[in-house]
Amino acid sequence: MPRLIALRLLQMLVTLVLLSAVIWLLIGLMPGDPADLAIAADPRLGPEDAARLRALHGLDRPLSERYLAWAGAMLRGEFGYSRLFSQPVTALLWPALGSSLALLGLALGLSAGIGIALGVLAAARPRLAPAVEALAVLAQSTPSFWLGMLLIILFAVMLGWLPAGGAEGAASLVLPVATLTVVNLAAYARHAASAMTEVLALPYVTTARAKGLSAATVLWRHAFPNAALPLLTVAALDAGSLVSGALVTETIFARPGMGKLIYDAIMGNDYNLALLALLLAAAVTMLATLAADLAQRWLDPRLAA
Amino acid sequence: MRLRLGLLLLGGMALAALLAPAVAALLGHDADLPDLFNRFAAPSLDHPLGTDDLGRDMLLRLLYGARVSLVVGLAVALAATGLGTALGLLAAWRGGWVDALLMRLADGLLALPALPLLVVLAAVDPAKLGLPRGEASTDILRITVILTLFGWVGVARLARAAALSEMAKDYVAAARVCGASEARLMWRHILPNISGPIVVAATLAVAGAILAESTLSFLGLGIAPPASSWGNMLSNAQELVFSAPLTAVWPGLAILLTVAGCSLLADGVRRR
Repeated sequence: MPRLIALRLLQMLVTLVLLSAVIWLLIGLMPGDPADLAIAADPRLGPEDAARLRALHGLDRPLSERYLAWAGAMLRGEFGYSRLFSQPVTALLWPALGSSLALLGLALGLSAGIGIALGVLAAARPRLAPAVEALAVLAQSTPSFWLGMLLIILFAVMLGWLPAGGAEGAASLVLPVATLTVVNLAAYARHAASAMTEVLALPYVTTARAKGLSAATVLWRHAFPNAALPLLTVAALDAGSLVSGALVTETIFARPGMGKLIYDAIMGNDYNLALLALLLAAAVTMLATLAADLAQRWLDPRLAA
Repeated sequence: MRLRLGLLLLGGMALAALLAPAVAALLGHDADLPDLFNRFAAPSLDHPLGTDDLGRDMLLRLLYGARVSLVVGLAVALAATGLGTALGLLAAWRGGWVDALLMRLADGLLALPALPLLVVLAAVDPAKLGLPRGEASTDILRITVILTLFGWVGVARLARAAALSEMAKDYVAAARVCGASEARLMWRHILPNISGPIVVAATLAVAGAILAESTLSFLGLGIAPPASSWGNMLSNAQELVFSAPLTAVWPGLAILLTVAGCSLLADGVRRR
């Protein structure tokens, strides 16, 4: 097990280093550079001033040299400043990560809870299965940004019950969490339904029923734990899509967080912030996937063999 | 049932996309030209779904948007399936370091959050790569390439797993004994036997590509206005939630029905 964890962490590190180089290259291909933006603020400056600024800040150096300089600064713990927000990058990243984790944690818990309940319901009451399946198809086909807009229109504009965005108070969490929950619950519902249907057909479930145990005990104490294992795989694969969902929901609901930070930084040519925020989001995603993998191995010793 | 419903939904969308120019001729409007004297018109015979904030016909923009979504969806699915199948077969056939390299690459791509990286890729300026920018057709090509970069992974893993289990079967050994070349073995024997799951994966890839394109267009990084796509129509509608909330309904419904059509079709094919 420790060997496995060490190997996976090493793999993560390699992925992050490769990713930082690729993103660096891509950012070099985005429109406009800091010198262009700087001279746009002063009409007296011309192209030759831009060239002087580039030489002054080292922007005329080749991309590879600039990448190595940046990587060296990272290793020394100098994470630099955000141009867009005029603050140290670290002062922006940690609060944003906290806000996103609250949003994603709530959405993950709710979508897994509701999705699993629906899936178990479909397996226990086959007559309801088509309805649950229809609901799952609808939920996973709904674009998250559209659902978010509809919720804003209904609950913020027409009824005025909830705020349309921002991050003040618990009320501002309701609509973003609801959006992410609906979009994510379909996977849990479908996998829970198929896993439970499989387990409920096994002989040991019949034995439990024959012993005279109540239907609820058989369902939740005997069948569910065995059906729950594949659901951890769903949770592990879900980490990436949750972070993607955060980018959309945070942008729509104007909610400060990692997703909105990444989007704003890329759109605002804030390269340093964009790069570090992307790497942090990737690292958190990979750690979450690793945690779900390890939990699965811990709960099911057959996988470790 | 699923198969029929899926085919019905997708067929309807394809028909809508094909009929777009005919409907435009019938109504006598241009989908992209503003008509500032006719903003926010209520639904009428002249404008069946009304007009948007620039007085453009909503129905026509929806129909032309269907073209973008379907073209991007099909192109990405085709490219990702082709690339994914080829790489999956290569990994299964060669094994060794080729297999290890391809599968580690696939694992790495799967473990990363896709949308933030798609946003980075979509923000790249095509002009710096020597390509023209800002035209609808180059936008479609750009989005197709970007989505294919991520789309091949699922297909490749599936194709590799299916090919590995096929290659262990006796008929493969028999074909080798009969002197079939390796290329013929992969192309004529393995590929037809793994086509079932690949078709399902391709159908789901269409759904994923349509959702991803609309998300990128919504974020302002996909198909740029004035050309219409369901995503950029919704991006426009987001600014109008207070003045004209109903403009948000139709494009989203169109995305929902198309994506649902793809998943129903994939489910139907899988169960046959």
